[in-house]
Amino acid sequence: MAKVKPRVRIPKTASAGEVITIKTLISHPMESGQRKDKEGNVIPRRIINKFTCEFNGQVVFACDLEPAISANPYLEFSMMVPESGTVTMTWVDDDGSVYTQEKKITVE
Amino acid sequence: MKLTRRDALALSAGAAAFAVAGAGLPQAFAAESEFDAEVAKFAGGADIQEGAITLDAPEIAENGNTVPISVSIDSPMTVENHVKDVMILADGNPRPGVATFHFSPLSGDAAATTRMRLAKTQNVAALARMSDGTVYMAKKEVKVTIGGCGG
Repeated sequence: MAKVKPRVRIPKTASAGEVITIKTLISHPMESGQRKDKEGNVIPRRIINKFTCEFNGQVVFACDLEPAISANPYLEFSMMVPESGTVTMTWVDDDGSVYTQEKKITVE
Repeated sequence: MKLTRRDALALSAGAAAFAVAGAGLPQAFAAESEFDAEVAKFAGGADIQEGAITLDAPEIAENGNTVPISVSIDSPMTVENHVKDVMILADGNPRPGVATFHFSPLSGDAAATTRMRLAKTQNVAALARMSDGTVYMAKKEVKVTIGGCGG
């Protein structure tokens, strides 16, 4: 199974009050729990079930994902940048793993 | 999903009623009622209104495994007046839920894009709950050439 790897595209700088677009993608099979293997056994569900984006500890955007989200879940959303700070993105896996990415934004 | 004999019988009876003979493998798809239940749960008794939501999905999706979907809502996104939650539902999937977005005033814009799986041609709906409790809904039919349920 391929390694789970989050990727984030976010501008490094912004002007105060600017609304930026954040694009994220995490490589993950998003096994729906509906499929069967060759022997007819159900392949257990394993998906990213929650995504959260925080800015300086404050939740900006969150998303509950269901098995109906495609493999390698892609999320695009926006954020208003009030000041310089750190954007923390968290993905929660069904198996309990948590993947995080941190990006700094400087206000010019 | 395990298909019991009773489900299989009910399904085949339904199929017969619609005169869909030889529809292939029996598959359990979300009943309309399950979809309506999700809508009612999200609305929580509030009246569902039209408008405000722009739901962007392709008319025809060649591959049901990755169907891009965008949702954006007209809102000033201030602390007093913003979009709180947006739920995406698909009425023809084994389970209707697709995703629920939670916005905040820091979101700036109430807009999000993702990619979803669609098992067959069906309606995709977006429901939005505002900070004042108003609920909006938008629907769109997406035709799927190849379903995205694996098999």
